[in-house]
Amino acid sequence: MKKSLPLIVLACLLPWLVYVFIGQSWVRILDFSLLYLMLSLGLNVVVGYAGLLDLGYIAFFAVGAYSYALLSSPQFGLHWPLLVILPIGALCAGVFGVLLGAPTLRLKGDYLAIVTLGFGEIIRIFLNNLSTPINITNGPQGISEIDPLHVGSFVFNHSSALMGISVPSVIHIYYLFLLAVIVTIVFSYRLEKSRVGRAWMAIREDELAASCVGIHTKRYKLLAFGLGATMGGLSGGLFAGFQEFVSPESFTLMESVMILCMVVLGGMGHIPGVIVGSLLLSVLPELLRESAGWQKSLLGSVWVDPANLRLIMFALALVIMMLLRPEGLIPSSVRKKELHHE
Amino acid sequence: MIFWQQVINGLTLGSIYALVALGYTMVYGIMELINFAHGDVVMVGALIALTLTQWFMQQGLGFPLSLLLASGLSICVCMLLGWVIERVAYRPLRTAPKLAPLITAIGLSLLLQQLAALIWGKSYLPFPGNLEGSSYAWHGIVISSLQLSIFILSLLLMFLLWQLVHHTKLGRAMRSTAQSVPFAQLMGVNTNQVISQTFIIGSALAAVAGVMDVMYYSVGNYTMGFLLGLKAFTAAVLGGIGNLKGAMLGGLLLGVLEALGAGYIGDITHGIMGSNYKDVFAFFVLILVLIFRPNGLLGSNNQEKV
Repeated sequence: MKKSLPLIVLACLLPWLVYVFIGQSWVRILDFSLLYLMLSLGLNVVVGYAGLLDLGYIAFFAVGAYSYALLSSPQFGLHWPLLVILPIGALCAGVFGVLLGAPTLRLKGDYLAIVTLGFGEIIRIFLNNLSTPINITNGPQGISEIDPLHVGSFVFNHSSALMGISVPSVIHIYYLFLLAVIVTIVFSYRLEKSRVGRAWMAIREDELAASCVGIHTKRYKLLAFGLGATMGGLSGGLFAGFQEFVSPESFTLMESVMILCMVVLGGMGHIPGVIVGSLLLSVLPELLRESAGWQKSLLGSVWVDPANLRLIMFALALVIMMLLRPEGLIPSSVRKKELHHE
Repeated sequence: MIFWQQVINGLTLGSIYALVALGYTMVYGIMELINFAHGDVVMVGALIALTLTQWFMQQGLGFPLSLLLASGLSICVCMLLGWVIERVAYRPLRTAPKLAPLITAIGLSLLLQQLAALIWGKSYLPFPGNLEGSSYAWHGIVISSLQLSIFILSLLLMFLLWQLVHHTKLGRAMRSTAQSVPFAQLMGVNTNQVISQTFIIGSALAAVAGVMDVMYYSVGNYTMGFLLGLKAFTAAVLGGIGNLKGAMLGGLLLGVLEALGAGYIGDITHGIMGSNYKDVFAFFVLILVLIFRPNGLLGSNNQEKV
């Protein structure tokens, strides 16, 4: 933990450096990467620790985001405080996770993958269609005018002045998300080293052997699934408050795959790996966005749409990592041995 | 009358699901792997057939001949694609933990979709040619010749596959590989080759299903494989994954369930839920089967042993 102090100091200074030298839009990108980092850490509990492939993880993010949106927007005229809604959103997502996991976790892992994949789509279909007969989600238009993230009278989404220096809103958000990320990291780290974490790793390595030494595998798998969902729900709430707008468009299968990609690229089950993976994959696509310009200057026209290029890159990353380095860029020693045994 | 009409529509749709489900079930039976990219092979088959039919027609060939040539070529491409997928993405991971091939599979699925988006664009492409054809009416139930040919061709293919698996040398090798890879090897079966051939056969069926699907809905799109794949997988699970008869039965049953569901959901819920929820049925069927009969309708109960 001592080693991480310089990193935390760097993380605190980073937004100012970026703000001064590059610009405000890149601080916003940093905010999003922190959000993705939280999601990856949540998925890491499910995929990395317990070894369960969840392909609909974004659905829990959606549940969290819509919980926030419904409880603090003109949609129902409710404006509950942040510190009440965030836990509610996380809880809702957790409940969804348990509801989905309970029937499917009894089965082999591959079923879980396809059921979660379906679940992600179903949630989106419901979000898109629950505008009639009672308007709950406002359909494809989504919910707008959501209350910004605020505690008391302090609004994170507005800029403030501190000792004569004006602090832009994106930096407030950055610190709020950084705090959430640090809490998540400490939580994940403690989980990993706990009895629960060891049980998950035993299940991941050999479920049959784990149950033979007295681990209640179904219960532990459900716990991993529920906790992962809860973390997804929490970041969903923060996302809704940050954007002040949610729509079903943000919760597609591609987002689930992208988060999976972050976890796989960095190193499943290893927190430093997950951090590197998610930061890499949330910043790189932004650079690719500018590739349209290079393509134009080099080849005369835009050959490959940057959005496609981004997804092709993710797809290749998934396949190539699994073939060449399944343990990820920065692997944990245990996972490495596990993935290379014959 | 609406009931029987929906059953007919469901059987048509179901025979397409069944063909795709056979691909999932064969691969699962042999390797215990869900080939996520299978739905996207269907999409590739459909889009290639669509483009080539158009091209042949522009060259002045008649519609039936163009369609036949295009389908033949698309089947060949898909067989090659199936072989490549197995060779590149699954074979090196044969001994790796389960999670690894699942992740490559999802990566491949995404890769195929995005490459298709680059080649064919993201818009919905209309299927060329006039597909109205003649239709047969009987006591108010209308069956179009397209529906009839989809249904009959599917049954024929399923029959041929059944014969192949149960009455040829390759079929015997496939069945023994499914039982145990090391033992099949001891008996002199080249299991790698058998697995490749399984992928090739599955992909050929997928291509046929793709052509049928794109003709039935008369549009094609780079995302069309995703939902079709999900539903076909559900059909395979419904029938009992790894079981050929199960995939056929599951496909037809799911098609009928979905058609009836879409036809009646408005009446049952008094208009609260419309047919825009029809894609949700397959998923609920999947969950219910997994809860109450995880081995499917025809699956055998095989417990994991130490």
